[in-house]
Amino acid sequence: MSALLAAAPALPLHEAGKYVAGAYVVLVAIVLVYVAIMATRLRRMQRQLGELNAALELREKAGRSPADHARPEVESRHQDTGQDAPRRYSPGP
Amino acid sequence: MSGTRLRALSLATFAALTTAFALVFFYAPNDADQGFIQKIFYVHVPVAIVTLVAYVAAAVLAAIHLRTRDRAWDLRSYVVIHIALIFNIMGLLTGAIWAKASWGHWWVWDEPTLVSFLIVFLLFATYQPLRFSIEDPERQARYASVFAIMAGAFVPLNFMAVRLAQPFVHPRVFATSSGGLPGSMAFVFVLSLIAIALLFATLVAYEIGAKRARWQLRTLQRRLLGADAVAPAGRSAAPSGAVGPDALDGPPAVPSRRPQGATS
Repeated sequence: MSALLAAAPALPLHEAGKYVAGAYVVLVAIVLVYVAIMATRLRRMQRQLGELNAALELREKAGRSPADHARPEVESRHQDTGQDAPRRYSPGP
Repeated sequence: MSGTRLRALSLATFAALTTAFALVFFYAPNDADQGFIQKIFYVHVPVAIVTLVAYVAAAVLAAIHLRTRDRAWDLRSYVVIHIALIFNIMGLLTGAIWAKASWGHWWVWDEPTLVSFLIVFLLFATYQPLRFSIEDPERQARYASVFAIMAGAFVPLNFMAVRLAQPFVHPRVFATSSGGLPGSMAFVFVLSLIAIALLFATLVAYEIGAKRARWQLRTLQRRLLGADAVAPAGRSAAPSGAVGPDALDGPPAVPSRRPQGATS
């Protein structure tokens, strides 16, 4: 290794510049990729929150819980397969 | 972490990174031996230091989890290792770029520092598959914490072993028998280290916030739409369930249901 170092003197600026730029670009690129993944997750959560908002509005209009809206569909699906519908969580008393 | 504190941390990180990078290129002098290529050290070395410290910190967090049985500590340990792995990749890549410029090779297998850093990366890369392989959340958290403690204890041992190994081919940034960094370079280096540490802390805070928000959203979905209307979460390497004081008190997760799919 010491022979390798002795044979590798400091690079001139025009040679070293691309390596230095590459190292900093790698850092920034990885952080940007991470931020992009976080942004995708955030968009998905915003969409799901929008769906919850819509369900709440439906609940307020109909005067009953959105879970009640989902019940007929769930029960008919289990009737089709000949299974008992599982017990659902109910938020209210 | 509250939104205001997270915003303040993000702004501090941005300011520190901008200042550090500006000083690297416009204030710190070129190294007498390596010339301009030494500028890579201002990002490579802080990233490596933060990575190794983060692994040890994750071990401490895992130990607190085992002691308190509070799943919030498991979440913190998981997220710290998750972000540290990303920083580990940054360290490996920036190191490889420096090695190519300085030694003419992207990778040198007989250099202890490089190989030991790769071994640490590979060791912690098994953390996620280990978690994913355990379905029961309680056991997953417990086994992962034990692994994090053992692997975290390996990091300083590994570091010391490499420092004691001969020959010292890998450059040493801090003081050695032949001298350390001059004042201006040391100042910029410390500022870079602080900036990279702030970046790490910011990413950890965002990741923890995102995980908690996701769980709260699932809890709300179960409360409003009913458990049947929400698809099962499936097997996941990430901690699930009540992960801290910010989590809502919701119904229990759907029990003993075979996962339909897998999520990360």
